[in-house]
Amino acid sequence: MSLFKAVTAKPWETKGVIGGLRPEGTFDASPERVALIVFLVVASIIFSLFSVSYFIRMELPDWAPLTEPTQLWLNTGLLVISSVLFQWARNISKTESQKNIMTAFIGGGVFAILFIAGQMLAWSTLQASGNYLATNPAISFFYLLTGLHAVHLLGGLWVWSKSSIRLMSGGKIEDIRESIELCTLYWHFLLIIWFIVFAILSNT
Amino acid sequence: MAYVPLADQDKEMELHHPHSWVTKYVWSQDHKVIAIQYGGTAIAVGVVALVLSMLMRMQLGYPESFDLIDPNSYYQAVTMHGMIMVVYLLTALFLGGFGNYLIPLMVGARDMVFPFLNMLSYWVYLLSVIILMASFFVGGGPTGAGWTLYPPQTSMAGTPGHDMGIVLMLLSLVAFVVAFTMGGLNYVTTVLQYRCRGLTMMRLPLSVWGIFTATVVGLFAFPALLVAGIMMTFDTLFGTSFFMPAVIEAGTPLDYDGGSPLLFQHLFWFFGHPEVYIVALPAFGLVSDVISTHARKNIFGYRMMVWAIIAIGGLSFIVWAHHMYVSGMHPYFGFFFATTTLIIAVPTALKVYNWVLTLWEGDIRLNAPMYFAIGFIFTFVHGGLTGLFLGNVVIDLPLSDTYFVVAHFHMVMGVSPVLVLFAAIYHWYPKITGRMFHDGLAKAHFWCTFLGAYLIYLPMHYLGFLGVPRRYYALGTTDFIPESAQDLNQVITLAALFVGAAQILFFVNMFWSLRNGKKADGNPWNSASLEWQTPDTPPVHGNWGDELPVVYRWAYDYSVPGAHEDFIPMNTPESVEPTAGEDHFDPDVDASKADV
Repeated sequence: MSLFKAVTAKPWETKGVIGGLRPEGTFDASPERVALIVFLVVASIIFSLFSVSYFIRMELPDWAPLTEPTQLWLNTGLLVISSVLFQWARNISKTESQKNIMTAFIGGGVFAILFIAGQMLAWSTLQASGNYLATNPAISFFYLLTGLHAVHLLGGLWVWSKSSIRLMSGGKIEDIRESIELCTLYWHFLLIIWFIVFAILSNT
Repeated sequence: MAYVPLADQDKEMELHHPHSWVTKYVWSQDHKVIAIQYGGTAIAVGVVALVLSMLMRMQLGYPESFDLIDPNSYYQAVTMHGMIMVVYLLTALFLGGFGNYLIPLMVGARDMVFPFLNMLSYWVYLLSVIILMASFFVGGGPTGAGWTLYPPQTSMAGTPGHDMGIVLMLLSLVAFVVAFTMGGLNYVTTVLQYRCRGLTMMRLPLSVWGIFTATVVGLFAFPALLVAGIMMTFDTLFGTSFFMPAVIEAGTPLDYDGGSPLLFQHLFWFFGHPEVYIVALPAFGLVSDVISTHARKNIFGYRMMVWAIIAIGGLSFIVWAHHMYVSGMHPYFGFFFATTTLIIAVPTALKVYNWVLTLWEGDIRLNAPMYFAIGFIFTFVHGGLTGLFLGNVVIDLPLSDTYFVVAHFHMVMGVSPVLVLFAAIYHWYPKITGRMFHDGLAKAHFWCTFLGAYLIYLPMHYLGFLGVPRRYYALGTTDFIPESAQDLNQVITLAALFVGAAQILFFVNMFWSLRNGKKADGNPWNSASLEWQTPDTPPVHGNWGDELPVVYRWAYDYSVPGAHEDFIPMNTPESVEPTAGEDHFDPDVDASKADV
């Protein structure tokens, strides 16, 4: 039953367990997946509101453009690899043979950790060149947006670490298949967010 | 066909059966216990806000009579009263309290989808309340910047609590948003995915629709508060200039440069206006169910009611700047927001008509919940009508910052939702506690609150027309305000103190009835919706005994022609539908076990 059909039903006219009505929820997905997708919408709103604030603040006269550290390009590469590895892990978890699942899934998380380390390196490079948090609004936004992105990634890594421990201690793939799938979705989302954040930050 | 209800697929183990007193009542993952924790905390912090309003009124009615209230503490009271009432009481009680209690029971589930996250939500909420209350005890006291927290004055030396007070307020709000998000993900997912068999979205009681839509609105709106809160925290603690402009404080230029206070206003109200509906939509839902049950009639225009809730939720995101008409905006910008604001009156008015039409020719049972529900229709219409005035730019400009605005928003989002809260608490009290409350005491509570509220807020409209400004610690002597205005202020103060004191009736009733109230049976109001059909009252952990219910009809089968009784529970199959011709109908038949 489509959502539109659902909200145009006339409940006072229908009795019984309506024909064709399945007992499943509104969406054909696990509750975890639905909750994650709702959360992704919430996170998107947070990032878009920051972006809007960024563009509004940019118009004001005291804005001084910032040259982003080249480190960010390397970091972007690390995050892309991380996302690709998660996708690989997801594909493997769908198949019968589960060779390389450990490499793919754990590797995905490790590259994400490397990405965060790279971000920290970028922050220290900025600090070394005298660009502190309160130096200029462009720099404030740089720390804020990259920091917020990293915090989201850390949240993902927390879930990833729990699943990794289960995987390494000999847990069955079936038990963490959902987790692998959701991690992959979340990583792709954060990669896209990173592309947007990077583009916005470079656009000064 | 072997059928496993969806919520049961999640295995009984997922229910986390409590083994000790601590896991049952403190670190509980049961939605009902969490609901009561949320409700108790919200009401407790609400009492603090009520006492603050008493202090404000004492100062306004009898200026210079009370030494304990100086201008600083007055502004702190204004700020904390507003913020606590809107966020920590109303939002938390409607969604954390009623959302938690009613959603799983009304959708026929055993618990929320993520019980652990639900528990975490409450404890983070409690943390946010503790942080907020802590600001009363730090040097400088709580912030006195007004609940809107507009920069730059939040951080300026002239504002009370500009150092620690504002930081604690912001941290508390951030914690609240985190708590709300955890709870909100639960409510949304539970409604979407955990409904029992036969319960389509359009069979849901309007309470669930109201809470569900308000949660979605909240999930989309609270990020704006989070974003504004984070940036303002950075401004306050780390010296960034997101919002803080170049500003001179007592002759000394501060270290800020070029920030945009207007940006904060936009972000704040992008949260702040939907917040009104985060409070109002659950109230709309709950009051619909109370009215329908006690009028013994199906809710008039159910589909229209659902669509109105959704429409109001959607429109609430495009009206925020009507709070900012005086900020010097482009006239076309103001025109746009005035138009959207007036459009929102259409679905809202539809709802009011439908409540009245539900009452029309109903077999109305005038008990305490119904008193409060009908009282709500009055206060909401009055508060809503003054909203039409203020939604227009040209009328808002002179009235902005007068008591007219204070009267408007207190009627529409103070008194009205609170009346619904009382209606809902009395209505569901028998299910929550297993006891009936004292109806006479509850009605006395109603009349004191309802008439008292009018005595407070009707004169305030008049004060507003006179031009009496809001937020003033004392009026002093002015040419344009007649002395009689001060007499009116005294009347308002006396009425406010009376209404405040009358709430003792409520608390006495709640606690007295807990032990001495008549034992309630499972469905004392003869209600059709699912939460009244639980095998135990109060419902035990897991709610539904061995099998989940199956739903065969919508939630409003009242006074069905030809039916034996004037209500048919949602889980009564068609085959055992009580009709006038059947003599041996057993209303307690366990519908969920019927062969389907």
